[in-house]
Amino acid sequence: MQQQPNKLKPFFENLNFERDDNTMVINFGPQHPSAHGQLRLILELQGEQVVKALPDIGYLHRGIEKMAENMIYNEFLPTTDRMDYIASTSNNYAFALAVERLIGLEVPRRAQVIRTMLLELNRIISHLFFLATHALDVGAMSIFLYAFREREFAMDLMEDYCGARLTHSAVRIGGVPLDLPEGWLTQLTDFIERLPDQIKLYEDLLTENRIWKMRLEDVGIITPEQALSWGCTGIMLRGSGIEYDIRKEEPYELYGELDFDIPVSDRCDSYGRYRLYMEEMKESIKILRQLIGMYPKTESQLMAHAPQYISAPKEEIMTQNYALMQHFVLVTQGMRPPKGTVYAPTESPKGELGFWIRSEGEPYAYRLKARAPSFFHTGILQDILPGTYLADVVTIIGSTNIVFGEVDR
Amino acid sequence: MRKYSPKDNVQAKAKYTDRFWVAPQVPREPVEDAHFAAVLEKMKAAVEVLDAYVEIGQLVIHIRPEQNVDALRTLKEECDYAMCSELSAVDYLARDGEFEIFYQLLNLKERKRTRILTRIKEDQAIESIVPLYDMAKFAEREMYDMFGIYVNNHPYLKRIIMPDDWEGHPLRKTYPLEGDEFASWYEVDKIFGKEYRDIIGPENRDPARIDRYDTQRFARVGHEVPFGADPSLVDETETPVEYSSELLADYNKGPHKVLDKRK
Amino acid sequence: MAQHQVNYASSGGLPVALTTVDRLLNWGRSNSLWPLTYGLACCAIEMMASGASRFDFDRMGVIFRASPRQADVMILAGTLSKKHAEFARRLYDQMAEPKWVISMGSCANTGGMFNTYATVQGVDRIIPVDIYLPGCAPRPETLQYAMMMLQKKIRREPADQKKRKLQRFV
Repeated sequence: MQQQPNKLKPFFENLNFERDDNTMVINFGPQHPSAHGQLRLILELQGEQVVKALPDIGYLHRGIEKMAENMIYNEFLPTTDRMDYIASTSNNYAFALAVERLIGLEVPRRAQVIRTMLLELNRIISHLFFLATHALDVGAMSIFLYAFREREFAMDLMEDYCGARLTHSAVRIGGVPLDLPEGWLTQLTDFIERLPDQIKLYEDLLTENRIWKMRLEDVGIITPEQALSWGCTGIMLRGSGIEYDIRKEEPYELYGELDFDIPVSDRCDSYGRYRLYMEEMKESIKILRQLIGMYPKTESQLMAHAPQYISAPKEEIMTQNYALMQHFVLVTQGMRPPKGTVYAPTESPKGELGFWIRSEGEPYAYRLKARAPSFFHTGILQDILPGTYLADVVTIIGSTNIVFGEVDR
Repeated sequence: MRKYSPKDNVQAKAKYTDRFWVAPQVPREPVEDAHFAAVLEKMKAAVEVLDAYVEIGQLVIHIRPEQNVDALRTLKEECDYAMCSELSAVDYLARDGEFEIFYQLLNLKERKRTRILTRIKEDQAIESIVPLYDMAKFAEREMYDMFGIYVNNHPYLKRIIMPDDWEGHPLRKTYPLEGDEFASWYEVDKIFGKEYRDIIGPENRDPARIDRYDTQRFARVGHEVPFGADPSLVDETETPVEYSSELLADYNKGPHKVLDKRK
Repeated sequence: MAQHQVNYASSGGLPVALTTVDRLLNWGRSNSLWPLTYGLACCAIEMMASGASRFDFDRMGVIFRASPRQADVMILAGTLSKKHAEFARRLYDQMAEPKWVISMGSCANTGGMFNTYATVQGVDRIIPVDIYLPGCAPRPETLQYAMMMLQKKIRREPADQKKRKLQRFV
């Protein structure tokens, strides 16, 4: 092979392969098919057992928080798509909710229904993705193919609504930009009619599967104290027996009116978390059913009326002089929310996703901190991995369901 | 003369602000909620509370930076704030010469959130809250990485997001969005070495840049050369561009009614 | 192998195909392009989707490999951060010749929307790229089209051209 003109040297783990104290250092990632992106773990092994694990993150750091300080609020919204790119709408929504709370905005009811629908659809997409990749990591290839098949149908629905498969930007500050297209609700009904059978298929294949249970049961145990101390949220918290779902406890959007249950497992292991993901999908289907009934009863207004912050509807911009002027100012200069700080937590598929925004009354946020659930779920790896076997590391990473766009931001 | 731009805060500024514009303030309500009042009482007994109010449904308490661990311990052990959702800093160096550090806490039983705010000087360090909340193992590292705030007694204070050999702390207001000189050559220096800077060339930060001598990515309409050929070696005479006459409609021709005089 | 005419020898009854060594090698290379599972960011999800049930990359002979030693194509799917650049180059070096690179998505092409301190402004600053694939994120069909373009490109060039080209690169 030809000599390359770069100066990269071999890595330390090759040099320290045999150390005196008989621990082997291996480098897991950043390119590893089961690292869920760009996680790098430096593992110290005693035989097959991990004695020390050091998560090294930052390989997908893109400066999103810095970008937020240099962009007007509406301009920043598409960037939030790229944080948790498996369920983009939940990020858009969390950001929009934070800004709406900051400026004190009430969103029209139809927009609320559509937003909640999209959020739950995204939850299904994200959970299916979790199932697919987790099963693939553990070694069940066919589940990957089955779960991706259903996920494609859900993505088709998202695409019909907003035009994008992955990066939706389907929620705007103050509402949603578009009404549901014709026939969308019928397609959604078809989809959620079909999905329970598919979930049953996955459960038949996995839940009582001997290999699956051997790989997942009592692997990756997170005690409730650890989970609280590490700031674990979402399924990582509920998998440890603590019932806290922001949708239920601090309801936002329409979740206060909807009837759904929060599944909790006190198994504290990967298997319990896997069961929770399956149950949550069924709950999402339940929520979507209720929302489909709610939609026809709403008025047609989609964006909140707040001329100081939100542009008027397109028809008004095209016909009315004042609406055009105000739209021009909002697009070129940006809205100026009042001075103050807001932290708006939402329950994204991964956990508590919240945007902490400090506004100084300028069109640019003075500081925006995205509280990403996966960041802390990565951190807990350094405490739960020691003592486990190398083969279980992949299972544990899979069951934390981390997304690196969100971890590194 | 070039326009003066302050170097201590390179964040994007509003291009135009009305002379009479006064930014409104999010309402700061007095602490009336029963739970928040109880929390405030306990906090006042434990530490010096500089200011306390309720902002958008969350209790905000300002404390002194030396007392951050005491304050959080009171909240965790006496007021049941079992989870610290987030901690980080805000850069106020340009305006006040200070960092503001916030701790966002959650009480799972009462479903209430409280924010602790404290301010430190640039060269001042803050005490770690790792004994109370494990999440600070990561969050304080991130704060150190992004702002350069030293955290005392942290078990492993090291850069977490940026590489270990990175210069500067990106979220400070003095750090430009597009990075400094070091950042722009980082990967070239690391992989190929400094001597390759000239060969690889500077970063293109302009998304609309077009190089008219680049014959691989761009068609040179009117100056066609073979694919990949160096245009400086080829004769640069202009090939006349022929347009289809059907495509070019002449809107000045044709029947239209000309008004002789204004009605 | 539609572009080659198959002649059957009348006497022996054995099928005999006449072709050049270049074409034979390129035929083999272009129809079994094994990419490296190198998911960087959002585009990696679309890359996975193109390998999954609906889009089914396997029918084109594209099978994802986890090790750079077994891979022919590196699909740089997503934002390459400056911290990661070193690893990308290292993985590229580890791949065996002949190797090709597809830069997938705006971030990998030019840095895209992330015009920040932490993003490499185009992976071609560190790795020679064969196919640039626009979109944010590109659809799986786009990736499949890019793979077909790469196959065309491989079939067109002499079998050892990759090596010659490499000598010219920096």
